[in-house]
Amino acid sequence: MTTLSVPDVRDDAALRRFLHGLPGVDQVGAEARAAGLATRSIKTTAKAWAIDTAISMVDLTTLEGADTPGKVRSLCAKAIRPDPSDPSAPPVAAVCVYPDLVETAVEALRGSSVQIASVATAFPSGRAALSTKLQDVRDAVAAGATEIDMVIDRGAFLAGRYLEVYEEIVAVKEACECGTGSPVHLKVILETGELATLDNARRASWLALLAGGDFIKTSTGKVTPAATPPVALIMLEAVRDFHDQTGELRGVKLAGGIRASKEAIRYLVMVNEVAGDDWLTPALFRLGASSLLNDLLLQRHKLATGAYDGPDYVTVD
Amino acid sequence: MATFDYAPAPESREIARLKPSYQIFVNGEFRDGTGDAVKTINPADEEPLAEIAEAGICDVEDAVRAARRAFETSWSQISGAERGKYLFRIARGIQERSRELAVLESLDNGKPIKESRDVDVPLAAAHFFYYAGWADKLDYAGFGPNPPALGVAGQIIPWNFPLLMAAWKIAPALACGNTVVLKPAESTPLSALVLAEIVAEADLPPGVVNVLPGPGSAIGQALVDHPDVDKIAFTGSTEIGKLIQRAAAGTRKRLTLELGGKAANIVFEDAPLDQAVEGIVNGIYFNQGQVCCAGSRLLVQESIEDELISSLKRRLATLRVGHPLDKNTDVGAINSAAQLAKIRELSDAGEAEGADRWSPPCELPERGFWFVPTLFTGVSQASRIAQEEIFGPVLSVLTFRTPDEAIAKANNTPYGLSAGVWTEKGSRILSMVNRLRAGVIWANTFNRFDPTAPFGGYKESGFGREGGRHGLAAYLDV
Repeated sequence: MTTLSVPDVRDDAALRRFLHGLPGVDQVGAEARAAGLATRSIKTTAKAWAIDTAISMVDLTTLEGADTPGKVRSLCAKAIRPDPSDPSAPPVAAVCVYPDLVETAVEALRGSSVQIASVATAFPSGRAALSTKLQDVRDAVAAGATEIDMVIDRGAFLAGRYLEVYEEIVAVKEACECGTGSPVHLKVILETGELATLDNARRASWLALLAGGDFIKTSTGKVTPAATPPVALIMLEAVRDFHDQTGELRGVKLAGGIRASKEAIRYLVMVNEVAGDDWLTPALFRLGASSLLNDLLLQRHKLATGAYDGPDYVTVD
Repeated sequence: MATFDYAPAPESREIARLKPSYQIFVNGEFRDGTGDAVKTINPADEEPLAEIAEAGICDVEDAVRAARRAFETSWSQISGAERGKYLFRIARGIQERSRELAVLESLDNGKPIKESRDVDVPLAAAHFFYYAGWADKLDYAGFGPNPPALGVAGQIIPWNFPLLMAAWKIAPALACGNTVVLKPAESTPLSALVLAEIVAEADLPPGVVNVLPGPGSAIGQALVDHPDVDKIAFTGSTEIGKLIQRAAAGTRKRLTLELGGKAANIVFEDAPLDQAVEGIVNGIYFNQGQVCCAGSRLLVQESIEDELISSLKRRLATLRVGHPLDKNTDVGAINSAAQLAKIRELSDAGEAEGADRWSPPCELPERGFWFVPTLFTGVSQASRIAQEEIFGPVLSVLTFRTPDEAIAKANNTPYGLSAGVWTEKGSRILSMVNRLRAGVIWANTFNRFDPTAPFGGYKESGFGREGGRHGLAAYLDV
């Protein structure tokens, strides 16, 4: 909720004036608020609801150099039916892979509701020529990706070359729309661990939203710290305020380092109390993770049966 | 659209280890007081919690005599390091029984368990730890070598932070070598009596700490009037504070008073707004606004009024009002029927004077003392709700255009306990702080407490400091 109007003139100076005119973030206060929300006690029916909702929001991810088509097929099977013994466990939101494995994922997910997300634009560093990045996006879209997770050029952002970052996002968004199918969703990875301050996280969030990103996403998962509660708070405030300003609903994806159900549930509490319940849907909130899903399934089973399963009762990939 | 309904997450009442009846603590022993047997109730459902055999006038005599004897024969004779050992023991005792104390405090006072658990009890322990550290270092506190203790301190505390106020009073007094007679508030005696158990378990010499629950008009008065009490420390209303000061005038008694407040929370247009909203909420809705330093007047710069108020309203809609023992409750019950009546009276006056009243939609329990978080906009400086202390979850919003106007409005009150300043501009914080007439000023935060930080008022908010090195001066003959 800012009194500033969205700038019409798109140049470095106008963008700087706008982004630096956003209300500042007091880091101590933001951290205290995030910590306060983490004390909510989510039990019994609320916990069951939160676990299923969290499962439905997972972008099940594998982004390793050693990924194989076999591993991706296995991941897709798990995405469609996370708990083979219990069909009531909902499917996850998406599978997230490198562009060369999109085709494999498309085949494996055919007929299901699970989306195919692909990282692109010289993930994870974002250090390549624009033409290379755009080709990366087009390849992924052509292979059938329905969601693109791009990285911003953090070097340009930190140097204050906001227009360059803005135009790159606009260009990627255009490349996303080059496909023949339904519109491809663009998630803009800010890599907040490299942006260093919460003020920067807020400015980068707004820059990505202004440029047309459908989602703003914390991290690549390759940099520490990745998703943290204070950063999630700032990004949820950004989409909330962007909605106030423009009427448009944009999403938030938290990625990297979220492994326990407890953390996922805390983030849902944050979504609920900061952005509001409009955002409690996979269309507007995602959790990028790999091992988190297994913990959610173990907790789900614990709630249903009263007993913890061992780690061998969920599949490793 | 999904809704995330938080299931009830109640803390178990059993943890409080409530006893059917409680006794006064005099000369190291628990015994029935000679006053009335009075029931203390749970303000969240109006059900009795326990019966208190309250102190009578002759118990005050006994307690002061015991405190005097303890002062002369033991407590002022032992070394500071020895006193420190006892204080460390009390601090650890509070920590060991922290869950019990938290639940008991929420039952007796009506405050949410998350506050008693995360604020009241840990801060109470921290106060004892902090002053335990001072006990053997008084020579280096800036008062010269061997600063002498005062003697017997009569301490009268309010119902809003029953355990924490007991800790604020007892810890510095004992560290400095005084002995104490503490009178907890009549509506919230339980946690102070459990603290007395902790004191007894810590093997303090008999008479060093005495706890006399009872009515202020009898027991408080008797303590104030007692010729053998060297010092009165009072936290409570300005009205009673004035009576006490009159009574102490012309006697040798030392006096410190921590009284009411009507703090201005000043938000400039360049403030970190999301954090300011949190600070405003924490300032006035923490402990149901029953806080002497509550930020009950919001002074917002005119240019951001609409934006800030709409953010604040959205935030208030997420506050969970309800059962104090539910771990997700943000706002609990008002402490007593009398306090609730006062809050209602002043809120109605605000409406009658033309201010716009707003509260989030919210269901309140049928029984118990409840008041929905409320904010008034369009409040004028002359309005009663801008001048009088409401001591409830009611915020009065006023606007200003220039820093001078903010200062003029903020200082235009008989009180001067606390204030808040919100701006990203460091130089503005410093210039505001120099001109605000308030004892505690928070910058980009509110209602933050720490045993190392002195706390106390200007003007009709009282005098004397509690906490920090300054808090020692209130219990030393310096």
